[in-house]
Amino acid sequence: MKVFGTRITFTAIVGILIIVVIVGSAILAPWVAPYDPNANLGGRWDPPSAEHWLGLDQIGRDMFSRILYGGRVSISLALLATVLAFVVGIITGFAAAVFGGWIDIALSRIADVILSIPILMSALMIISGFGTGATVLVLTIGMLYAVLVFRVARAVAMNIAVLDYVEVARLRGEGLMWVILREILPNALPPLAAEFGLRFCFAFLFVAALNLLGLGLEPPAADWGSMVKESALAIPAGIAAPLYPAAAIALLTIGVNMVVDWLLSLHSRPQGENA
Amino acid sequence: MAQIKPKAEGQILDVRNLRIEAVTETGKRVTLVDDVSFTLNAGEVLGLIGESGAGKSTIGLSTMIYARTGCQITGGQLLFHGRDLRELNIKGRQNLRGVKVAYIAQSAAAAFNPAHTIFDQVGEVALQHGIMNRAQARMDAIRLFRELELPNPAAFGNRYPHQVSGGQLQRAMAAMAMIAKPDLLVFDEPTTALDVTTQVEVLAAFRKLIREHRTAALYISHDLAVVAQIADRIMVLRHGKMVEQGEATQILQRPQMDYTRMLVAERLAAEQSKFVESHAEGRPLLEVKNVVAAYRGTVRVIDDVSIDVRRGDTLAIVGESGSGKSTLARVIVGLLAREQGDVLFDGTSLRPRLQDRSKDQLRRIQMIYQMPDVALNPRQTLFSIIGRPVQFYFGKSRAEVRARVEELMRQIDLPADYITRRPHELSGGQKQRVCIARALAAQPDIIICDEVTSALDPLVADEILRLLRRIQDETGVAFLFITHDLGTVRRIANKVAVMLKGKLVVSGPIEQAFNPPYHPYTELLLSSVPEIRPDWLDEVLRRRRKAS
Repeated sequence: MKVFGTRITFTAIVGILIIVVIVGSAILAPWVAPYDPNANLGGRWDPPSAEHWLGLDQIGRDMFSRILYGGRVSISLALLATVLAFVVGIITGFAAAVFGGWIDIALSRIADVILSIPILMSALMIISGFGTGATVLVLTIGMLYAVLVFRVARAVAMNIAVLDYVEVARLRGEGLMWVILREILPNALPPLAAEFGLRFCFAFLFVAALNLLGLGLEPPAADWGSMVKESALAIPAGIAAPLYPAAAIALLTIGVNMVVDWLLSLHSRPQGENA
Repeated sequence: MAQIKPKAEGQILDVRNLRIEAVTETGKRVTLVDDVSFTLNAGEVLGLIGESGAGKSTIGLSTMIYARTGCQITGGQLLFHGRDLRELNIKGRQNLRGVKVAYIAQSAAAAFNPAHTIFDQVGEVALQHGIMNRAQARMDAIRLFRELELPNPAAFGNRYPHQVSGGQLQRAMAAMAMIAKPDLLVFDEPTTALDVTTQVEVLAAFRKLIREHRTAALYISHDLAVVAQIADRIMVLRHGKMVEQGEATQILQRPQMDYTRMLVAERLAAEQSKFVESHAEGRPLLEVKNVVAAYRGTVRVIDDVSIDVRRGDTLAIVGESGSGKSTLARVIVGLLAREQGDVLFDGTSLRPRLQDRSKDQLRRIQMIYQMPDVALNPRQTLFSIIGRPVQFYFGKSRAEVRARVEELMRQIDLPADYITRRPHELSGGQKQRVCIARALAAQPDIIICDEVTSALDPLVADEILRLLRRIQDETGVAFLFITHDLGTVRRIANKVAVMLKGKLVVSGPIEQAFNPPYHPYTELLLSSVPEIRPDWLDEVLRRRRKAS
């Protein structure tokens, strides 16, 4: 099998399988989940059993169903934030690289100022100003990560913008959109796709972290971060409940990283017969 | 001299049926070197000749029992003083490399660490292996610097790599290779990256070194004329296989195989071709008048340069690296704004910056680059690469664009079904043809060719030159041909402009500039182009000594 003109590796296939299973089961949650995620089904902290594969949580809700539903929330929030970050980051980054001059200087210095404050700090300040909720969460993470994407996109585009084929397009009199969309973007895709995977993982963990801090979504909405937080009290009691949502977070992160590693190795390896 | 250990005599290296294979990304096994055998005696130089991909460097590296990542020596024997190198363990290999067999690469600039002095790096091998102490190493290095005719040998080693010239650094690398008094030297295209005038000195220094130390040497080059000056025997390689092997004079004067004959004939053509007749006509198409240009307002890279090109002209701009010839092209196309002077195209002044020029002005001047690899977008098919200018300048329908692209592909002799291919599916020469087709697609009046044959193998370069001439006959397009290679100039240009340090030193019809009385700099350049006669180097050196 060939993707991006190169053979896919075993780890990448494993990573893709993990992602497909997790994302697929999250999408299909209403049909797959055995129980209503918010229904109280009985005992507190019931251990795993044949009816409840991962047991019940602190108020007797089915853990497995909540993880399936929680995946929808966590993944879609992280995905939206990452897409926002990439749309904003790539446009500004490519513009800085292609125009150069004062546009580059202005954008880069703004990025430096924003990055001089730890991102978690900025996020906490913004959320405490605008209040919690899904929209604020996505916008905050998306815009803050856009700054990081900007730096990567700018660096990648700068390496491509100096190549002769871009010069040929400029000499032909092509407009900026052609140069960016047809000459630079297709060649920037492998490194940017890798960055997308990494950013998604971070956004995902970031959402989880904010939920863990109680700055995310309002209960009873299920998401993996808040589920870890809500069941955290069970740890001293020797109950494994918080480990399940935590394991889901870890598994998806690992899966995405396996794919990202492969994408990065693609990029670092020169292509073509003369390579 | 007491320091020189008794040199090994007799046979140094005996390579038998060497086979080297590589495994590609897709898991395919490729044979890089197939059944190659040769022997080397003390004081003997074997020249390895071949095009890129012939396996020259792979063979050179194998004598140090080294293969590039992904490659493996899979067959044959490498007997060094009668002992098979393939049986050496890691320790044995370490004691071989740099000590008994030393390597001199094409780019000394990349081989030296800029953070250490030249002496630290020249003496490193000898100190590392405990062959000599620091004082001895310094004395030996100074002696080698003197033999290599480096300036101020006693203090030369105290400098850093960036403080000396390219030719000096290349010679310093030879000193680095010789410090441990190896029995075998491997020269891998050691003068290819140098300017012709520098190449003469470096080549002479290498030859003197090999002769005085009676070291066996492998000399790898794509240029027959260079190898002719230094090698006792020559082996011609193609696609990893030996084509023929023999005494240098036999290979050069009485080649047995067709491929060798082609190589020799091509090289002789470069030396002996008649000048191109001018079919230029009409008033000047492009006039550059007293142009001055600089990067970021610092040193003038182009200083008061004037040239003119007529329809059907081929003006060669000749000069060594740093002479400003490529910068002149950038000024003409508007990538670099001129500071003074004027550029007239078809009688009207062109704006200094390309953003301010009209689409039609941009169309009429096209450019072809040195490296077709980076001049073609790897993610586009030939259809979009060649078709885009057609669509952009002439706004035709998809069917018309396709018809035009097919016509252009015929013109450059590429099969029509290549239209869906991407650049990495083409050879180097084919890629350069695509670049030519892309330039032609705009139906330009003038094409600027910036070292378009420099990255290509001689036979491929020759085909490209023929193609360009044919296109000129068919379309009457003018060429501005930037090159450092005077052999190419002879074969394609009817006018020459010689540049030196940003200034124009000679300009005029080729039969005037390349015939006596010469301008001194033109004479220096012309006399530095290696010729295939084995006594050429001696002759040049004798003439220079007499002159100075």
